[in-house]
Amino acid sequence: MTTAPAQAGAPTPAAIRYQGTVHELQKELMSAYYRDLTAIAEGGPGRSAQLLIAGNPVEILRTFDMIPVFPEVNALQLAVRKVSLPFIQKAEELGYATDNCAYVKADIGLWSSGGVAPFGTIPKPDVLVCNYVGCNVYLNWFEHLAELTGAPAMNVDIPFLRTPDGKPTDADVRYVMAQLEELIALLGRITGKPFDEDKFRLIVERSARVGELWSRIKELTKRRPAPYDAYFDSVTMMAPLYCLRGTPECVDFFERAYEEMSGKAERGEGPLPQERFRIVIEGPPPWPFLRAFRDLFSRWGAVAVASTYSTVGGLWEFGFRHDPSKPLESVARHMLEANLCNRSLLQRYQQIERYVEEWGADALVIHSVKSCRLFSAGQGDMREHFVHDRETPTLLIESDLEDPRYFSHAQLRNRIDAFFEALEQRRITAGVTA
Amino acid sequence: MTVDLASYRDVIEDRDYPTVREWRERTGGKVIGCFPVYAPVEIPYALGMLPIGLFGGGNRVEIAHADSRFQSFICSIVKSTLELAFVGKLDVVDGLLFHSICDPARNLSSVMERNFPERPPVYVHLPQNMTSPHAVTYLASELRRVGGELARIAGRSLTNEDLLRSIAAYERVRGLLRDLYALRAGAPERMPTGELYILARLATLTDPADSAPILAEALEDARRRDERPKDRIRVVLVGSFCEQPPLELIESLEAAGCYIVDDDLLLGWRWALREIAPSGDPYLSLARAYVDDSAHLSTKHDLRRPRAQALIESARAHKADAVIFLGAKFCEPGLFDYALYRKALDANGIPHLFLEFEEKMWLYDRIRGEVETFVESMLFAEVPVP
Repeated sequence: MTTAPAQAGAPTPAAIRYQGTVHELQKELMSAYYRDLTAIAEGGPGRSAQLLIAGNPVEILRTFDMIPVFPEVNALQLAVRKVSLPFIQKAEELGYATDNCAYVKADIGLWSSGGVAPFGTIPKPDVLVCNYVGCNVYLNWFEHLAELTGAPAMNVDIPFLRTPDGKPTDADVRYVMAQLEELIALLGRITGKPFDEDKFRLIVERSARVGELWSRIKELTKRRPAPYDAYFDSVTMMAPLYCLRGTPECVDFFERAYEEMSGKAERGEGPLPQERFRIVIEGPPPWPFLRAFRDLFSRWGAVAVASTYSTVGGLWEFGFRHDPSKPLESVARHMLEANLCNRSLLQRYQQIERYVEEWGADALVIHSVKSCRLFSAGQGDMREHFVHDRETPTLLIESDLEDPRYFSHAQLRNRIDAFFEALEQRRITAGVTA
Repeated sequence: MTVDLASYRDVIEDRDYPTVREWRERTGGKVIGCFPVYAPVEIPYALGMLPIGLFGGGNRVEIAHADSRFQSFICSIVKSTLELAFVGKLDVVDGLLFHSICDPARNLSSVMERNFPERPPVYVHLPQNMTSPHAVTYLASELRRVGGELARIAGRSLTNEDLLRSIAAYERVRGLLRDLYALRAGAPERMPTGELYILARLATLTDPADSAPILAEALEDARRRDERPKDRIRVVLVGSFCEQPPLELIESLEAAGCYIVDDDLLLGWRWALREIAPSGDPYLSLARAYVDDSAHLSTKHDLRRPRAQALIESARAHKADAVIFLGAKFCEPGLFDYALYRKALDANGIPHLFLEFEEKMWLYDRIRGEVETFVESMLFAEVPVP
């Protein structure tokens, strides 16, 4: 039975236009970002550094006028444009296994093909900064990139949040700050520039402002209806958040995004004509089939009011802000404690519990992806916890974030339809009982 | 004392951990389960506790509960270790030691904590920036913190003297293992890898005061052996640093025509390349040895010396004819390394073979056939192998 949406008068997905002003602006900004990278790749002036999304010290790189390049973003761009598979297969020909992270394989395949992608050309990095923030694959990934590119490399080792109080120790903070000083010295040698502390403070101030605006935008989805989808529309805002953080363009983008989203909230507008279910989504999206995946939820009037994926690079909604009065320490603390990747699985359970309670969600959807075991390993236990300890209706579905071979549309549709049918039935029963 | 390999074999295969239970009863001490790859075992031992290696259920435990917590694409050792806890086999331990070797192991620590709070995991952060001058002092401070957490489980305080004595006890074991490995590399016919593995694995379940005499006796026995070398190729085995292949599989590699002259089996229990002096600040000594003087592990990322280079050096130093990569299914760190190993081995003209195993497997004919074909292709090659 999959007739419930039509009975409820929900539109067909084809009629829904998900794009808004923020989406258009994001496209412009990201096109300009990749134009800049292509110019460097083609011999133009400027320097680039590769680093990773999860809790990173991009403010330091920006101080040295280095453009950050994120291999995860490049990989997902390949997937969104539905061209990731040949790059993945290229890496598999080189000896990478089917069980290796497909983000890495797509990126290695891209490098082995000269770095030329449909959205731009990736320059050979002047430096590789592996911000080891929880994800162990990051370390492997950058070892391989170091071998492929011959670029100088540094691991910035971020101790995992592992103590009973869930906080970094004083020794952790000192250790990370000491390594950031080493990074500053390395970048100074590579660029030949002194470290401009005033400029660093200004850039950190911009990150603080963006953190504040992003946090306010996230707060808006507590409203009914939520003015935007905190999973599918958040990923749109995450691109400038990560690729452009520390720049005036990023601040401007988030000023305008807040304006647009708060306007929608005031007018009572949501991303769908009717918000019937409020859900929390855990896990990265299936980039090769993003639209098709979204439609599977839209047809049920399901809107994400919060998502864990939108916190991979930074967790601002619970209060963290960069601090221009302590710029280096705040960058260190961001890397240590204010991003999903460096927090334990149990801390993620707590994060989701807050979303369910404070954002008023009806259910949890766990999207388990084979590539990213940091996210997925143990999600069966997460389901057990939410179903049995928290009595939160929970759906666990599987595909992949990059490899299109793991996406089964029919199977996902059956699971999602069955889940929302059961939720609807539960509502009807509860109404009768009441 | 005689070396009773048959009974040691029973000990390492028994997931009821009979000798650990016996130790517990005899001493009244507590037990700390250490998930691979490397754990600072000296610390719990200094606190009067017995650290033991947890290497999953092998092919002796059927996974019935853990499959619902970890997906099908997660390696077996994560699930079988959790299964051991679900079926009560881990009631022999009072606490656990975990560290960041890979993402599934990291998350297993959390799943264990939620489901079995009576056996709290203590999580060690091992540094991954070996080029930082701060790595050693940081690790020393981390080991002190871990000592504090373990002291709460032990119910007593930890002194430097206790820790120095513990380092000395483990150094005795590691030194004997180094000697056994060196003996095998020089004369592999005297020390079959199956035997060496049983001895090394036994040491992960035994008080070092008890395992050292056994290893010493085994070393003497091996030195006295007069075996004629067989017509086999010399092989370096890599890829089995965490989940362990079944013992029968290791034996069948040898039976297929290989002398294994170096391997990374149980490497986290014999990681120190040289003796750690039991003097001075014990935390600093352990930290310095780990950062600057330890074996290359797939889970230790040292930009000063890439692992592929270390593998080539090992193959050359051990006069190996070939390298066999024996990787655990779904083991990401190992599988990533294989891509780099393959490139380096090809570049250096070293023949290599890729094999995949799961701890729960119990049929070895296919792998044995592959190895036999590989060995024959080398033994009977027209062109001498470089």
